Amino acid sequence: MTQTLIALAALLVSASAALGLRSRARAASRLGAAGSPAALAICVVALIRVLSSGHAVALRVSWAEPFGELTLGIDALSSFFLLIILSLSVVTALYGVGYLERSSQSSVSWFFFNLLVASMIVVVIARHVLVFLLAWETMALTSFFLVAHHHGQRSVRRASWIYLIASHLGSFFLLPMFFLLAPAGGSLAFSDLGHALAPWAASSCFVLAVIGFGCKAGLMPLHVWLPEAHPAAPSHVSALMSGVMIKMGVYGLLRVAMLLGEPPLWWGWLLLALGAISALLGVLFALAQHDLKRLLAYHSVENVGIIVLGIGVGFTGLSSGAPHVAVLGFTGALLHVLNHAVFKGLLFLGAGSVLRATHTAEIDELGGLMRRMPVTGSTFLVGCLSICGLPPFNGFVSEFLIYWAMIAGVLSLTAATAVPLGATVAVLASVGGLALACFAKAFGIVFLGLPRRTTPQSVVENGPSMTAPMVLLAAACLALGLSGPLLAPAVATVVADLHAPIDAASIHATTRVLSRVTLIAAAFMALVAAMALVRHRLLCRRESRAAPTWDCGYVAPSATMQYTASSFAQPIVDLYGSLLRTRKRLDAPEIHFPEAAHLETETPDLSREGIYEPLFEAIGVALRRMLVLQHGQLHIYVLAVVLTLIALLLWQVGWNS
Amino acid sequence: MTTALLDFLTALALAPLLPGVIARVKALFAGRQGPPLLQAYFDLCKLLRKSGVYSTATTWIFRAGPIVACASVVAALALTPAAGRTALISFPADFVLLAYLLACGRFFTVLAALDTGSSFEGMGASREVHYAALGEPALLLGLLALARQTGTMSLPSLLGRASPLAPEAALVGAALFIVLLCENARIPFDDPNTHLELTMIHEAMVLDHGGVDLALIHYGSWLKLWLWSALLAGVLMPVALKTIVTPVPLVGVTGVLAVALGIGVVESCIARLRLLRVPHLLATALALAAVAFILGVR
Repeated sequence: MTQTLIALAALLVSASAALGLRSRARAASRLGAAGSPAALAICVVALIRVLSSGHAVALRVSWAEPFGELTLGIDALSSFFLLIILSLSVVTALYGVGYLERSSQSSVSWFFFNLLVASMIVVVIARHVLVFLLAWETMALTSFFLVAHHHGQRSVRRASWIYLIASHLGSFFLLPMFFLLAPAGGSLAFSDLGHALAPWAASSCFVLAVIGFGCKAGLMPLHVWLPEAHPAAPSHVSALMSGVMIKMGVYGLLRVAMLLGEPPLWWGWLLLALGAISALLGVLFALAQHDLKRLLAYHSVENVGIIVLGIGVGFTGLSSGAPHVAVLGFTGALLHVLNHAVFKGLLFLGAGSVLRATHTAEIDELGGLMRRMPVTGSTFLVGCLSICGLPPFNGFVSEFLIYWAMIAGVLSLTAATAVPLGATVAVLASVGGLALACFAKAFGIVFLGLPRRTTPQSVVENGPSMTAPMVLLAAACLALGLSGPLLAPAVATVVADLHAPIDAASIHATTRVLSRVTLIAAAFMALVAAMALVRHRLLCRRESRAAPTWDCGYVAPSATMQYTASSFAQPIVDLYGSLLRTRKRLDAPEIHFPEAAHLETETPDLSREGIYEPLFEAIGVALRRMLVLQHGQLHIYVLAVVLTLIALLLWQVGWNS
Repeated sequence: MTTALLDFLTALALAPLLPGVIARVKALFAGRQGPPLLQAYFDLCKLLRKSGVYSTATTWIFRAGPIVACASVVAALALTPAAGRTALISFPADFVLLAYLLACGRFFTVLAALDTGSSFEGMGASREVHYAALGEPALLLGLLALARQTGTMSLPSLLGRASPLAPEAALVGAALFIVLLCENARIPFDDPNTHLELTMIHEAMVLDHGGVDLALIHYGSWLKLWLWSALLAGVLMPVALKTIVTPVPLVGVTGVLAVALGIGVVESCIARLRLLRVPHLLATALALAAVAFILGVR
């Protein structure tokens, strides 16, 4: 506990140092980035100890009334999330040094960066409603300022406002949830929450938590801020927000669910439905995008959907008396939280590297970057393989566990529960196939082929401050992918925290299966290496020729005739056209001879256009009636105040007598 | 274990026989003599002796594509049981790993195609990922239906106990056969002998590969055909046949060859579908798998 508090202090010192050295950008940036590594170094050992033993530690400090005492604590769930927060913030901070090199406002950005990391830590260790909500709000505000870094651009200002409003709408649902949870007149410490809750109150709390935390996590249809905020934010901030901050929503949901006790069956089904919708629609909307960072943002929606599917399977298993299903579901979901942090962090950093080198994230304008930026290209490929869940990389391990949980559920549960679980297997398989299509598009169009526009010669690989973090994360993707048998026991204490009855036998069974997965994955890699060697030996003595790509008999094909992101995804986008509502603007040549043609496609967010814009419009119209009261005449305002006071006075007098 | 190893090695050795069998069946239907049964082996030998021509647009991805594609199928083959026998490695939910290994190979084939910058290869790549996204849920849901019906989670046991007399297994067999035709670039999805790049799927993606790389691609795709045929044979073969114990992998090979005959007959009897119709047929496969699943759960 002490170590974590010292780490928090280190982050705050680093934040204020960065702000204090505004005039000396280099020093500010160095000091600002040093906070996270220092914090990680200070508390990593203590956190691992809590995670491996499962013994929670707590701190109580008496605090002024009326809030009782200040309570903080670290249990296995907290330390699991803390380790992810700190590790990813170290990598993104290192990257940020290079990324913000030319920015004039880097010191302010570092100030908020450290505050964001600190507030996320407090969210995770808070054991008191007030501390939790304060940290939650600080997290929203600091990330708002980070998103608004390039506030000179109109689109960035708009995106950050959407983010701010969405965050607060989420918090709006958390307040009544905590009111319901808190005992009347009792303390607001988490340990006192949720005792003897009526079933209806517990269920309302759960629904409010799903809405409030789902908004932060980016569950469909509460995800509107994600595709706006991520493209606007600097890339290392996107990586941190997408990799870690949205997981605070997952953390909140799990923490509140722990307080609510035995879940009824429909909670699991609600999560399964929301998870399936988020995963499927997230990946479909991602396919239709042609801005690299917006595409990645939609994939965060998809992956949060997969995590929630895992949690949903866990709840279903808990409430229908199949503990082994619950254990597998929770283990898969937790590992996917970790894995998504690593590979999504990597992908956003890669996108940032592309953006910084080429000054565009528009996929259709790029191409052939693998030659110019080999490190970014190769590490981005690793990220793509991981996010598609392809063995031997880390995404597969967690997705496999979630699949396994679902299949085990289908086999052991009654028909009424088995059918929805079977449907989620089909959904997860479709999501896997579509994600593969999406990342074949993202990687293939951006990094392979020929440059689509004449990119200037100045496109070169970024410096080591930006490439080293990507290499680190790519290595982590592979290492985590091959260490499945070690990871499942490592999160066993967290799963036990979630009321899933985990025992040595089930850990052993999971480990044995995962070690076979690892065996196949390792054999696969060895086979690739061996075949590459044989191919090399066969070809090294023969002379191979270089020639232009085979043009199938067409004369002088040019780089602009290559497939683009839009054309690559067009069959799928058309197939799901009724969901995606892609808008096309086509100026086709009308005569028989070729002339200039133009095609523009845009896929706006369904829930933003279908739900939120009409809703806010309606609220605006309703509130416009209140404008009658706002006319700028001071004496009438004063009259209104006096009348209100008199009314209150009369009421008070009448009440007392 | 030794029988599984024997099955595995048999698959590696005999996979190039399948295209010969299919071609012979098609020739028989067309009244031609057809190429020799061992033509694929001759092709492999010829290709392995050649060097390559590499497009100036390509990077290491183009060279890695065939290797990963072939290696992924070999790794997946280690999970595939011959009819009624064990696989080299099996564990609960192993068919998920099998599907994802095949997906990994597909991903690299698609990337190698995009690496050339050719619009035809881009077209093939786009179609490939499109159809695979529809085929994958049908495969997993179909196997899940069998898992529920037989009460087991690993491929050898669920294929060993699946009986084609049960309606679930028959429906799953039909679904898997459709996905098999799609995944292995057969008519009615794709014509391996077409001459027009515009209509190709799999062949369009590998237009630029030659020599050793093309040999790897061909060998990988034949192995994949073997793998799928073995799965289908496992579903559709009567339990009485599956339980025959032979020291040599006779039953499994017969099953695979029977599936190849079936493919040849289908290819001879029906024409290619229009590309726009392909998703409908794959959706039919998914629907069949879903019906099988519901029947199995009931």
